[in-house]
Amino acid sequence: MILSAEQISKRYFRKSGEANHFYAVKPLNLMLRPGTVTVLCGRSGSGKTTLLHILSGLLTPTEGRVLLGETDLYSLSDKELSKLRNASIGVVPQARSVLDTLTVKENILLPSLLYGTEDRSEEAAHWMDTLHIDGLADSRASELSGGELRRTAIARTLCMHPPVILADEPTGDLDDENTQLVFGCFRKAAEEGAAVLIVSHEIDALNNADVAFRMDGGQLSTLS
Amino acid sequence: MKRRSLAVKNLLRKPGRTSALVILTALLALSVFGGSVVVGSLRQGFRSLESRLGADIIVVPSSAQSKVSFQNMLLQGTNGAFYMDGKNLDRVREVAGVELAAPQVFLASLKADCCSVKIQVIGFDPETDFFVRPWIEQSYTRQLGDLDVVVGSKVESGVGEIIRIYDERCKVVGRLAATGTGLDTAVYCNLSTMKMLLTAAEEKGVSHKVSSDESDDRISAIYVKVKDGYDIGAVNSEIQGHTRKCSAVRTKSMLTDVSDSLSAISGTVATLIGAIWLLSLVILVVAFVMIANERKREFAVLRLLGTSRAMLGGMILKESALCSLAGGALGVLTASMLVFPFTTLIETRLGLPYLRPSAGTITALALAALAATVMVGSLASSWASFRLSRVDPGTVLREGN
Repeated sequence: MILSAEQISKRYFRKSGEANHFYAVKPLNLMLRPGTVTVLCGRSGSGKTTLLHILSGLLTPTEGRVLLGETDLYSLSDKELSKLRNASIGVVPQARSVLDTLTVKENILLPSLLYGTEDRSEEAAHWMDTLHIDGLADSRASELSGGELRRTAIARTLCMHPPVILADEPTGDLDDENTQLVFGCFRKAAEEGAAVLIVSHEIDALNNADVAFRMDGGQLSTLS
Repeated sequence: MKRRSLAVKNLLRKPGRTSALVILTALLALSVFGGSVVVGSLRQGFRSLESRLGADIIVVPSSAQSKVSFQNMLLQGTNGAFYMDGKNLDRVREVAGVELAAPQVFLASLKADCCSVKIQVIGFDPETDFFVRPWIEQSYTRQLGDLDVVVGSKVESGVGEIIRIYDERCKVVGRLAATGTGLDTAVYCNLSTMKMLLTAAEEKGVSHKVSSDESDDRISAIYVKVKDGYDIGAVNSEIQGHTRKCSAVRTKSMLTDVSDSLSAISGTVATLIGAIWLLSLVILVVAFVMIANERKREFAVLRLLGTSRAMLGGMILKESALCSLAGGALGVLTASMLVFPFTTLIETRLGLPYLRPSAGTITALALAALAATVMVGSLASSWASFRLSRVDPGTVLREGN
C-alpha cells in the first residue's frame, strides 16, 4: 500500500521573533512505496519528526493531504483514523514508548488487543527471538535497558505486519550489532511488502536505504 | 490478556496510586453511608416514639420534672421513680373530654444483691391501659399473671428466665419489639405485681411513699386520650386545675422538642455529608488531573498504537469506576463496622430515639452510597479523561525526546 503526501506543510505560530509564524515542514510531496526502505536524515530541528507524525496521522498538516492507498487520513473521523493506524501504520517513536504497567510480551501484543484482532502470540515470540529479547518476555519496562526498550517497541510494530512502517531514530540506543539486526528486520519487512520510512542520523541507515532524503529547515531534498 | 483487562492491570500494577484513590473514595462512601444510617436511625426512632405515644396528655407528679425528667426517662431510659396520689386518676377521669385515662407505676431496681439488674420497672393496668398493652400484645397475647414480666428489647434476659427484683423472683414471659426509645430498657408488669415489688422494696428500706400522703394508693403517671371534638389544650388546662401536685404535659410538645433536636442533628449531618462530598470531589478532580499529567506519555503511546479518543476516555472512566467501586465497598464496610456495633453509644450520646432501619432500607442506603461514590469518581475523572483524549500524542512523545 502506498503512503503519499501531497503538498503537505506544517506551520506554527510563535510569539517572539520577526515573523509571527514559521514552517516546521515546508510544502512537500513524498511517496513511500511497498517493498522500499526510505531513509530520511537531517539535523536536529529540521522537521523530520514533525513530518513523520503527519505521515502517521498523528498531526494534522496545515495544508495538503496524506493518502494511504486512496484514503485521505485526515478526512477520517478519530475512530476511523485510529483503527486504520492500528492496522496499517506501524510507528516506532523516538521517545520511550513501552508501557510500565505491562510486561514485554504484553507490550508487544498490545496493538493486536486493542481491536481484538487474531492472536499474535506466535509472531510476538518470533520477533522477541529475532531481536534477542525472548528472555525478557515477562519483564516489566522498569527492568529493561534503553536498548531493550527500543527493541521491544520495534518488535511491537513488526508484530502487527503493518503495510507502512515509520521509525523515528530506531537505532538511537543500540550498539552496532543490534543496529544491524534492526535494519535487517526493517529490510525483511520491506521485502514482505511493507513501505518503510526510517528517520536516522546513522550512516548505516543510508547504506540500507533504497531511497534517501535530507531535510533541512523544513525543506525536503533527495539524496543521491 | 484482553483489552477489557487493561484497566484492571493498570490499577493492580500501580498499587500506590490505586490505593490512594481507593482510600479517598472510601472516605466519601464512609461519610455518606455512615451519616445516612445515623440520620435514618434517628428518623426511625422518632417515628417509633410518635406511634408509641398514643396518649394526648401525660400527667406526672410536679416533683417528677425536677427529680428526673420524664422525657429523659422516656427517651433515654434513665431510671426514675416518682409518685402521686392515686386519687388523681379519678380526678382526671372526671374531666370533660377525657376518653381514656390509664395509670402507670414506676419503680427503679437497685444495683445490689437483691436485684439481678438495675432496671426501670413499669407497672400498668391491663384493664384500662392503651399505651403499653397494644405493644405487649404483639409479643405476648395472654394475661400477665402475678410476678410475670415482659422485657424491653434491650434487657438481657430471655423468655423463661427469672429476674430478681428486690428479691422477688419475676418470670420473663415475653420480649418486646424495639422502639429505639428508653422504653426498650424497661420491664413491664401488671399493677398487682408492682404492688408486691413496692412492698418488697420498702422491706429493703427503699421508701416509695408520696411525701405528704401516707396512702398506699400511689401512681407515677396517667396517660390520657382526649375525646374527638375536644381541644387538647383546653382539656390539658382543665386536668391541671382538677389534680393536685401534678403536671399535665401535652405529648405533642414533647414530640416537638424531639423533632427539633432531630432536625438540628439531621441538618448538621447533612451539611457534613455535603461538605465531605464537595471536598472529596475537589480532591478527586485534583488527584485525577495529577495522575492524568503523570500518565500523559502512556496515553500518547496508546493513541499512537491506534486507541481512539472514545476508547481512551472509556478506559479512564473504567479505571476510576473500578477504584470508586472498591473504595465505595470499603467505605460502606468500614462505616458498618463503626456504626452498627456502637449503636448504644451513639444513642446515649445523642439522647434521642434511635432505631436502626430495616435490613432492606440499610441495603438500599449502602447501594445508594456506592452509586454516589462511583458517580463522584466518574465525574471527577471525566474532566481528566476529556483533557487527556484531546492531548496531541505527537507533542507529548516529542517532549520526552
